Amino acid sequence: MQSALNQALDQARQAGAVRVHEIRLRIGVLSGVVPEALQFAFEALSDGTPAEGGRLTIEHVPARFWCATCNREFEAIRLFTECPECHNPSGELRSGRELELASLEVD
Amino acid sequence: MCQDCGCGLPGEKPVGISTHPHTHDHDHPHHDPHDHGHSHGESGDPHEHAEDHEHRRTLEVRRSILDKNDRLAERNRGFFRARGLLVLNVLSSPGSGKTTLLRETIRRLGSRLKTGVIVGDLATDNDARRLGEAGATAVQITTGTVCHLEAEMVARALKQLDLTGVGLLVIENVGNLVCPASYDLGEDLRVVLLSVTEGEDKPLKYPPIFQSAGVAVVTKMDLAQACDYDRDTAIANLRRVAANAPVFEISAKTGQGMDAWCDFLVRQHQALKTRDPLGL
Repeated sequence: MQSALNQALDQARQAGAVRVHEIRLRIGVLSGVVPEALQFAFEALSDGTPAEGGRLTIEHVPARFWCATCNREFEAIRLFTECPECHNPSGELRSGRELELASLEVD
Repeated sequence: MCQDCGCGLPGEKPVGISTHPHTHDHDHPHHDPHDHGHSHGESGDPHEHAEDHEHRRTLEVRRSILDKNDRLAERNRGFFRARGLLVLNVLSSPGSGKTTLLRETIRRLGSRLKTGVIVGDLATDNDARRLGEAGATAVQITTGTVCHLEAEMVARALKQLDLTGVGLLVIENVGNLVCPASYDLGEDLRVVLLSVTEGEDKPLKYPPIFQSAGVAVVTKMDLAQACDYDRDTAIANLRRVAANAPVFEISAKTGQGMDAWCDFLVRQHQALKTRDPLGL
């Protein structure tokens, strides 16, 4: 969370903003990140920064795999890699590992 | 600090790095506490113009939070490629046998493939000492309260590692099945361990780390019977989460599976020579 917050504050400063009202993150379900921990850390770390009192919004990105047999992408159910059509496992992850600072609300 | 679990509280001891075998001087020189992402006055914009910033506005950023780590990891990767090193990032929960597996691996590979080790733990240099005794050049990173290794810590540890003649570099990560999954260190292969004592459903409980595995190793096979290890279920669970990772079943104690494992590493190392140095 420290790196996310630092990056957000850097971006805000560069844009000449003095307050950060909202930080929006995109977090993949396979990123290994625990959203509750992020919320907790955000509150603790944002104290005394321009983001104090601001909001942290997390958009969850589902895990999507590519099935070479069916030639299509599918959303993983409970993070398992098997294709719901042909039940073959897929080794090609297309999305779900994101840890991204998406946007900021500032003034 | 880890953006995953909040470990590494500010004001804690800085990350330490020590080499082995060496004198045991525990008064580590003060390495910089790695401050993630502080770009000091990068823009230098003091925004002193009279602002009419009453209006809220949206800044689109769309940048990876681990951008900095990923860039440093790629730098490490370039260094490894240039030196022809095969690099493993070894991940598991604490106590599943990383150090014992490595010690036996180092011993058996011997001069076939000289091994260097970077070990991460919160505290103590015990593991580096153990691996140093087995014949490897070893550097210990003590992370303080940080629960994983980062590319930058590895880069600093590399400066203290004598890589002369080394073909295999093993990075033994901090024992943790959650946060290390997010941090690329520049490795060629992620090796994720599952010991038979941990239960067959571990891969299903911690999908991200097993999903990221390039190789899965089932350890402590000598205890399989004693703890009613259900092999079929364990392998099926690994397959569900890490479909393409080869699985090795090993007992470092009895030597079961060690030959296949060591041969695999030697083959992987040889394969590096035929690979395009830029990985294109």
